[in-house]
Amino acid sequence: MSFPWAEHYTPKHPVMQWVDEKLPLPRLVYNAIGAGYPVPRNLNYFWNFGVLAGVALVIQIVTGVIMAMHYGANDLVAFGTVEQTMRDVNAGWLMRYAHANGASFFFIVVYLHIFRGLYFGSYKAPREMVWLLGLVIFLLMMATAFMGYVLPWGQMSYWGAKVITGLFGAIPVVGEPIQTWLLGGFAPGNASLNRFFSLHFLLPFVIAGVIILHIWALHIPGSSNPTGVEVKGPQDTVPFHPYYTAKDGFGVGVFLILFAIMLFFAPNYLGHPDNYIEANPLSTPAHIVPEWYFWPFYAILRAFTVDFFFVPAKLLGVLAMFASILLLFFLPWLDTSPVRSGHYRPTFKAFFWLLMFDVLILGYCGGAPAEEPYVMISQVAAAYYFAHFLIILPLIARFEKPLPLPGSITESVLAKYAKADGETAAVPAE
Amino acid sequence: MVRIGAFLVGLFFAGWLFISFLVGAYSYVVEPPAKTVEHEFHLAPKHVSFSFEGPFGKYDQRQLQRGFQVFKEVCSACHSLKFVAFRDLEALGYNEAEVKAIAKQWAIKTPSVDPATGEPATRDPVPADHFPKPFANNVAAAAANNNAIPPDLSLMTKARHHGPTYVYSLLTGFQDQPAELLKKFPDAKTPEGLHYNPYFANLNLAMAPPLSADGQVTYGDGTNPTVDQMAQDVSAFLAWTAEPKLENRHAAGLATVIFLLIATALAYMSYQNIWADKKKAA
Repeated sequence: MSFPWAEHYTPKHPVMQWVDEKLPLPRLVYNAIGAGYPVPRNLNYFWNFGVLAGVALVIQIVTGVIMAMHYGANDLVAFGTVEQTMRDVNAGWLMRYAHANGASFFFIVVYLHIFRGLYFGSYKAPREMVWLLGLVIFLLMMATAFMGYVLPWGQMSYWGAKVITGLFGAIPVVGEPIQTWLLGGFAPGNASLNRFFSLHFLLPFVIAGVIILHIWALHIPGSSNPTGVEVKGPQDTVPFHPYYTAKDGFGVGVFLILFAIMLFFAPNYLGHPDNYIEANPLSTPAHIVPEWYFWPFYAILRAFTVDFFFVPAKLLGVLAMFASILLLFFLPWLDTSPVRSGHYRPTFKAFFWLLMFDVLILGYCGGAPAEEPYVMISQVAAAYYFAHFLIILPLIARFEKPLPLPGSITESVLAKYAKADGETAAVPAE
Repeated sequence: MVRIGAFLVGLFFAGWLFISFLVGAYSYVVEPPAKTVEHEFHLAPKHVSFSFEGPFGKYDQRQLQRGFQVFKEVCSACHSLKFVAFRDLEALGYNEAEVKAIAKQWAIKTPSVDPATGEPATRDPVPADHFPKPFANNVAAAAANNNAIPPDLSLMTKARHHGPTYVYSLLTGFQDQPAELLKKFPDAKTPEGLHYNPYFANLNLAMAPPLSADGQVTYGDGTNPTVDQMAQDVSAFLAWTAEPKLENRHAAGLATVIFLLIATALAYMSYQNIWADKKKAA
């Protein structure tokens, strides 16, 4: 599952030899994230975000497990136990703010990780399975984050749970029974809170399991790289350790600095004030908005305002919102261009940046109140979102004329350093 | 096959969104949404600065003590403070004996059970108790307050946008309804029993101006108790009740960021060092 020139694990110490015979776990680690895994030498900083997502998951699990020790999953006490964690538990405020902001940072790095995959064509053959498993992780993250947001049992928790489970109520005939079944009642209540807590505790470990599959699938073809040209020989790669462990170490440092600034100096900036009001089924907040990482999808949901014959607009919105994520599963077969990297695809690149701008607009509209002109803007933006993936991308793949690709990874790296060294640099020998 | 299906699905969603857009745009042009009275007359909080703002901010203990006095003499008659305990007041600079005395002399008593009969009774609060609630339940609270339940204040400054300045603006923002408002929105006259306040989300609130005159409380430290001063002090106190660990957070944050800057600088140098031989031409 690796290149033939990968370094081999040869334990020198007799204890390590003994362990390796009985349980080759150190060998597994060595081959997965040690010197035994050859990686293209030209990865840029966008390739840091997979590791950062892993770090974010670990932060979430550690802080979450500690918070669970002080949390009461009961609608009568949940809000109060969270406040008690903030006030009376040693460093409880730190655990809670780290967990709440950690969720946001998890999504930030995962969105950048997906951005990397989209721009550099990481989803294309032979890495389709890596992409599909990544999307499974993304869906699990969304479910986990949604259920976690319900746990403090504030106003946004309660009304968010009501709105999101209400989406299932849009399904014809069976919708309402499904909604009641999901909630364990006719409205969010103690039964909902208990099951959300149980699942919120379980799913991160499912995510960890799928991450193992994601990395396993990645290691079959090996990592992609910014040129999109496959590895051709030993000169194109470096061992993961120490080269990328060092680079990721620096990346983790930068990530933690930004995380610490947010966590210690603006811990409520990304949250919503209404969630510091205890859940009250009798008082609906003026604007029910989800957390920022759901805003683009929320905008798509709300963009459908006109019934399509017998299909109500609400159901269309729900279908479109799920479709907006599920369509990504078909991406490897929609974009058939053999060239992976956006660097060498001028038409793709232009539309790609348009899509990024489009998603930011959708995000902005999703966070804004459901009023004009935001609804009209999100209708145009959502239309482009679907058109981009389902219509434009396959057409570009067919008609675009890509730029010439470098002969190899090494060639592109040497050309880059030759340029950086100026005219004095000699012609690459390799 | 996948691409044909995708094309049709994409055409449907994009097309129907476009039609929805046309329908929305048509009605937007033909019948522009009317501006509401809240849109036009609601004001963002006033500008006022507090010692605890910014990354190095700290609470001003004397201000918190003054704010606590305003809470005790004015707000606590109607508003609960259920997530705060008397023992927490030590953070305001009171010693153990003082906290004990404050708890014992608190006007509202802690619900309890008569040890002899088992009947409901009350007792003096002790430092371990949370602040007792002024009303036995929401029905009693609503009945005594023109059908509006006074909200708990423990988290008020975190439960509103720009919390501390919002509380300050609300307390100092009571006024008569502008004539212009009544001219433009004749139906928006403040109902009987409510009070006009442009800093409140729907402009009319049930609470009467709680700080009505300078000198309403007498400060022990000699500060002049103007309405503005009292409003600032109680806003600062409520910022503390909502975020009692703010100073720990700022101090820990500073240490963490300094540590991380050094660690990241070292990580960067080791990264450069390890890659030195790979980052050369030829």
